[in-house]
Amino acid sequence: MTRKPLQFQLNGSGKAIFVEEGQNLLEALRRGVGDLSPKYGCGQGTCGTCTVLIDGEPHLSCLTLAETVENRAIETTAGLAMGPQLHPLQQAFMDGFAAQCGYCTPGMLMAAKALLDRNPSPTREEVVEAISGNICRCTGYEPIIAAILAAAASGGGRRYA
Amino acid sequence: MIEFRKEYFADERDDTLNEIGKPTQRQDMLGHVTGRSPFFDDHLFDGLLHLKCLRSPHHHARIRSVDTSEAERMPGVRRIIRARDVPHNLNTLLSLMGFGLDDEPMLADKKVAYVGEPVVAVVAESERQAYDAVAKIRVDYDVLPHVLDVEEALKPGAPSVNPTYPANTFTYHEKYDHQKLRFGDVEAALRQADHVVEGRYQMSPIEQAPTETCGAIAAPETNNRYVVYTSTQALFFSLGTAAKILKLSSNRMHFIGGTVGGGFGGKVDSIHEPMAILGCMLTGRPVKFIWNREEEMQVGAPRGAERWYITDGVMNDGRIVARKFTGYFDSGAYTRLSSYAIIKSVGHLPGPYTIPNVSADVYCVFTNRTPATAMRGFGITGVDFAIETHMDKVAHRVKMNPIELRLKNAYLDGDMKAHRRLAKNTALVECCQVVAEKAKWSIGPEYRAMSSLKGGGGERAAIPHTIIDNRGLARPASGLGSYQPPPAPGYTPTPAYTPPSYSPEPLPVRPYEPAQAAPPPAAPSPTTPRPAGNRFSSISGLRRR
Repeated sequence: MTRKPLQFQLNGSGKAIFVEEGQNLLEALRRGVGDLSPKYGCGQGTCGTCTVLIDGEPHLSCLTLAETVENRAIETTAGLAMGPQLHPLQQAFMDGFAAQCGYCTPGMLMAAKALLDRNPSPTREEVVEAISGNICRCTGYEPIIAAILAAAASGGGRRYA
Repeated sequence: MIEFRKEYFADERDDTLNEIGKPTQRQDMLGHVTGRSPFFDDHLFDGLLHLKCLRSPHHHARIRSVDTSEAERMPGVRRIIRARDVPHNLNTLLSLMGFGLDDEPMLADKKVAYVGEPVVAVVAESERQAYDAVAKIRVDYDVLPHVLDVEEALKPGAPSVNPTYPANTFTYHEKYDHQKLRFGDVEAALRQADHVVEGRYQMSPIEQAPTETCGAIAAPETNNRYVVYTSTQALFFSLGTAAKILKLSSNRMHFIGGTVGGGFGGKVDSIHEPMAILGCMLTGRPVKFIWNREEEMQVGAPRGAERWYITDGVMNDGRIVARKFTGYFDSGAYTRLSSYAIIKSVGHLPGPYTIPNVSADVYCVFTNRTPATAMRGFGITGVDFAIETHMDKVAHRVKMNPIELRLKNAYLDGDMKAHRRLAKNTALVECCQVVAEKAKWSIGPEYRAMSSLKGGGGERAAIPHTIIDNRGLARPASGLGSYQPPPAPGYTPTPAYTPPSYSPEPLPVRPYEPAQAAPPPAAPSPTTPRPAGNRFSSISGLRRR
């Protein structure tokens, strides 16, 4: 199987790995780099659990060919906190019980971050739209929506935009 | 915000509690929001191999032959696993508790009984190579007639789904083809009732659909042990199951789990752990076995479908004097946990109501569907849907306010339940009152004044004279399988599996004592304060007093 070298930025640091032809970004991040924060949920682009940001835009890493992110900037949940300082979204999720099993949480956080980065004061409808591609099976969407709105209200978007 | 109604049951409430009623941060929350919570697949191993299964495309078929020669030559393939490689290839989950007979192979050998049943496993260097090799396996099937409906499966001549239970029903108490409940004389009470209200209720199977699909990674550990990272909801249950299937002492397996990406009951079946360990034993390398989403939906065991027939005898004033159930649980091809679901269910009948005459005949039926398993209140939620829908139907028939109908028939502290335990810590009355208030649904002052603590016991604590019958005594107590349904036209019976060699200690079975022989327990005074502790007791029927 052909292997290709691949360089990209991950949460602000440069990464250089080899990827197999046809390998998806999710596997490249998890197995190639060791960033285990994006999760596999369906491999079909339906659940949103693997959502990462590529140049600030949310993408489903399970449907993204790894080789297409050459020289691009990727953000994952592992890079959200500034050292021990949680991102306002993380803090709001914690405070608002917006995670139960925690498996959809990384994808939810990245979808929410993409929203707040471009729209620091979203309406409830805009929040719902932003996470409409992310499936949660146990927390329930209401605490998640409330947490994203709370993060926005606390200046989460502006501080980190 | 949660509203606490402390006025209810204030006499038994200990308000010195330090945690209840106060928000408390989950201990795993920081891991969740930072993406560091260690789910089973969040462990990296050098040289990890991937295990994938060839699955049955048929509802029911005999396996004539399996040809893996081409698959073995595919790139990256390290091992093909067949039924003969499984040390103890027949299991039933609750055998660890001595309940039920081994009836399900880990890999099918002689026949397949549902679409998606695993037949061959391939262990390869990458997932893709494993799938590619699976695609090269050739299985010659002899397709058999199948049955997908619970009542069809009980008809004479129906295809026999599960060789351990050839008549398509789980065997209860070693002799009954269903679980029975008899309390009072339902038939006599139905004859005397002003109205007889009948209903048929059908639930669908429901997939738990966790966002994390089920899986496990097994890797060689020091001292000839295996470390197993797993998504199981029941770590020691999975450990015991793996020990049995692999004939491996449990102290040679180090199970690590507890971080579960959604379970809802679907992660108790302990399928992935023994398979991954077996792959590890046969290759000496770390092996991951995870379902993809399609497998999760197709072969992940759902909440089993239930079909209920309810017949109520009702008086003009709304008193329900008789309730008769016939229930069919669709267990799918194998038992898994459906047998237990029915024991829970029958312990729950007739719902939270005091009805003097109750009978139930509930069947755990094998069909050529995906095996069913646990899911959030399984055995209870399905029949509650039927009961509560039926209550509305009864209310409509007797032209009564549906909440008042429930209150009129509500169980109260000290009442005898149909499974012969006294009701205690009941709260249906209070729940109905709050529901009526919240929904602005008017109920009469006599119903608003009711209390679970008042009016129960006394005559309501008595066990009625009960008519006992032998219906369902389908098999002699001495053994199974003596009843064979006549074969369907054109249907060739499949050869039975070799009887299981694993014999768990049977649970001591308490001899059945007819209810009327036992003296009724003394009726508690309705004013007796309730004990603060021991709020819950087992209704599983598995633990005996």
